[in-house]
Amino acid sequence: MTDNAQTNEINKTNNKWLDVWNEFKNHKGALAGAIIFALIVILVLLGPFVWPYEANGINIRIRNQGPSFAHPLGTDQLGRDTLARIMAGGRTSITVGLTAMLLSLFLGTLIGIFAGYFKKLDSVLMRFTDLFLSLPLLPLLLVMMLLFREPLSTSFGPEKGMFILIVVSIGITSWMPTARIVRGDVLAIKEREFILAARSIGGTDTKIIFRHILPNVLSPIMVSATLGIANAIITESALSFLGLGFPPDFPTWGRLLNDAVDYLQQFPERVFWPGLAISLTVLSINYLGDGLRDALDPRIRGR
Amino acid sequence: MLTFIVRRLLLAIPTLLFIAACIFLLLNLAPNDPMAQVPMTIPPDVKEKMREALGLGQPLHVQFLKWVIQFFWVEPQVFVDYLFNTSFSEGKQRIFSWQTRSPVMDIVVQRLPQTLWVVGMSYIVGILIALPIGIYSAYRQYSVFDQVGTFVTMVGYSVPPFFSGVFVIILFSVQLGWLPSVYDTLHEVVDWETFKYQFRQMIMPVMVLALQTTAQISRFMRSSMLDNLNQDYVRTARAKGLSEWTVVAIHVLRNSMIPVVTVIALGIPSIFGGAIITEQVFKVNGIGQQLINAIYANDLPTVQTITFMFAVLIVVFNLIADILYGILDPRIRYD
Repeated sequence: MTDNAQTNEINKTNNKWLDVWNEFKNHKGALAGAIIFALIVILVLLGPFVWPYEANGINIRIRNQGPSFAHPLGTDQLGRDTLARIMAGGRTSITVGLTAMLLSLFLGTLIGIFAGYFKKLDSVLMRFTDLFLSLPLLPLLLVMMLLFREPLSTSFGPEKGMFILIVVSIGITSWMPTARIVRGDVLAIKEREFILAARSIGGTDTKIIFRHILPNVLSPIMVSATLGIANAIITESALSFLGLGFPPDFPTWGRLLNDAVDYLQQFPERVFWPGLAISLTVLSINYLGDGLRDALDPRIRGR
Repeated sequence: MLTFIVRRLLLAIPTLLFIAACIFLLLNLAPNDPMAQVPMTIPPDVKEKMREALGLGQPLHVQFLKWVIQFFWVEPQVFVDYLFNTSFSEGKQRIFSWQTRSPVMDIVVQRLPQTLWVVGMSYIVGILIALPIGIYSAYRQYSVFDQVGTFVTMVGYSVPPFFSGVFVIILFSVQLGWLPSVYDTLHEVVDWETFKYQFRQMIMPVMVLALQTTAQISRFMRSSMLDNLNQDYVRTARAKGLSEWTVVAIHVLRNSMIPVVTVIALGIPSIFGGAIITEQVFKVNGIGQQLINAIYANDLPTVQTITFMFAVLIVVFNLIADILYGILDPRIRYD
């Protein structure tokens, strides 16, 4: 009985993730952000299975309708259901966001750990990071979209090719902050005693990195992951908005917004839904990231 | 400090050259043909001549070297000629746009004032709004003002300019009809009426861009103030019996401004990037819109020159931020 209580006590104080969760759920904005983001993801993932209309189902007879019971958000100039298009667009936008985030996280963590752990590589890799940081990213992204759109479309098909292009170009232009943060943390952790201990019992570099360093830099990585999704979603929407993203009949939130701008005078409400979807998603992710950062790093709580 | 500045300046040269090479290679190695739009009826030998006229006949490194010379040597000479009526640049090849067949720099000079007006004004407005919000929310941490302020800045941070811009157009131009939705560049300010019109057409693009600036800078200001408010020297200042105003505005604020000033300097280039989208929304024919036009028209010299100018801005402001940091905070020594 007493034994049991004691182990419980130890578990309570020693489980880091439980602490993080306790801290996280006290942050109201973060909790709301997490719930809203989860709802949006569920809606765009499961919605198309439930909703009777297809995103590309053209029905010219019911074009340009306002909100009604059959079409809660109305229809567009070709009679396509706006809600179905928003859900389909959300699928693309969130998939792009997640994939691009994973790529940029992978690159950033790899470069950060190499730079922090191996002294020889440090200055070279950090110079490289600085160079990337001084590239004008939005213009370069636009140029990349322009130049590689055709060849990738022909080899992978218009949608898949564009997906690869957007994910890769967002990924390779957004890893730098992660790399810097990870490097800084690795530099600090590398000097701690447990690394020395691991090395003194004959641990190899690979093992030390995977067993001891990576778990300890997980929290900054998680925070940059959330911010990375938000950043990738905004970038993808911006590219689609400028007309350099996915092909016209392929809905994404930015594309829908761009299409709606043409009908700004007649149907102003059409701009509202995709814009609201982008803003709400990004806002909830940002709150999530904020709460996560506070929960993972006790020193900066409330900043 | 001087050695540091000199070293950083010297280091900026290879950085810029490397970036220029990156942009150049990206543009020229990509599989795309500036002659693709030319009609099929033109015979191949004429096509070859057109290609040479565009400067595409030579090997890549020669093209790059020529561009570097034109950008760093010829164009400054043109500028000096313009300023002092000299003739250094006479007969020298400038960077020509394929789209308009005129020097790229001339177009840039035509476009730049609009961008600078809108972007510069929005940055100043954004900073002026951001600083008081950040200061007061930190001073009254967890108060209603702080909660609301944090929420509003978070919203401003999350809503992309291509939505907030379109949204205010709908609200103020389409529905209420108060403000013009298209920025009229030819408009000249001569009297009070025209000034009022200029003000009305500038308010939307400026506020949309300023919202982003405000969101970022006020968050920084708040956390920087919070870092300082709990420090020992603040307690000392209060214990000495200084008024609350002196403690906050003189002691805390001055120390908190150090990181904020560098963030402001670092943010200037990125605001030019954001202006690309805002200019597109409000149809401001600034440098960002020129870049988009050039990208659509496959006008490589213009794209390269404007992109590189953005890179120069970033490198220069990074340098300025580093130097400012060293000057403002004597604890930081670079030597």
